Amino acid sequence: MLTLHPELRDKIVSHARADHPDEACGVLAGPAGTDRAERFIPMLNAARSPTFYEFDSLELLRVWREMDGRDEEPVVIYHSHTATEAYPSRTDIALAQEPGAHYVLVSTRDPGQVEFRSFRILDGVVTEEEVRFTARAGEPAVE
Amino acid sequence: MAIEVRIPTILRTYTGGAKAVEGSGTTLEELFGDLDARYGGLRERLQDESGLRRFVNVYLNDEDVRFLGGLATPVKDGDTVTVLPAVAGGAR
Repeated sequence: MLTLHPELRDKIVSHARADHPDEACGVLAGPAGTDRAERFIPMLNAARSPTFYEFDSLELLRVWREMDGRDEEPVVIYHSHTATEAYPSRTDIALAQEPGAHYVLVSTRDPGQVEFRSFRILDGVVTEEEVRFTARAGEPAVE
Repeated sequence: MAIEVRIPTILRTYTGGAKAVEGSGTTLEELFGDLDARYGGLRERLQDESGLRRFVNVYLNDEDVRFLGGLATPVKDGDTVTVLPAVAGGAR
């Protein structure tokens, strides 16, 4: 299960809509070992493509080092599909190389509807998981 | 002194869980050969017949070795080599 604050979901969806029809991508970082997504890091899609994404290699190094320095991990790796469903493609599965991450997919194919789903991708096997939205301490509960 | 090589999570199965290992060589290719002698199978995950694998990023200090000399990039004691899997995918 992926647990996150709805504000982080909204930021991902806004990023995906802003970059449509190209795919958008990024990371939610969180304290190492907690599985808690806390920090929104939108990344450049170096491929600038409606059907492919790839983190820019130098930005990847900079952001991964920054996470290391803060004792964080990439808890979520997200990207959008812009004409198809929010489900990992064969490419997504073949290229998934962060075994600890939740892979979040958003589809922007329908401007009026949000598709936001999360998956584990391990050794070529896709497992969908529940996404639960939680309030932070001191905030009212979230539906 | 040696060359420090930082290993990503997905390849730590080859290094007994170590996040960083040390190696030697005068080029990246030699360094990978040296590592492979102790961490068998690692090299194959980093390179294929045509050179560096397409979806593996290798950095010498702060630079992507694709913009240097690829596997022929000179390395020396005191350098840090960082391996990071590309983060990529898409509907295609």
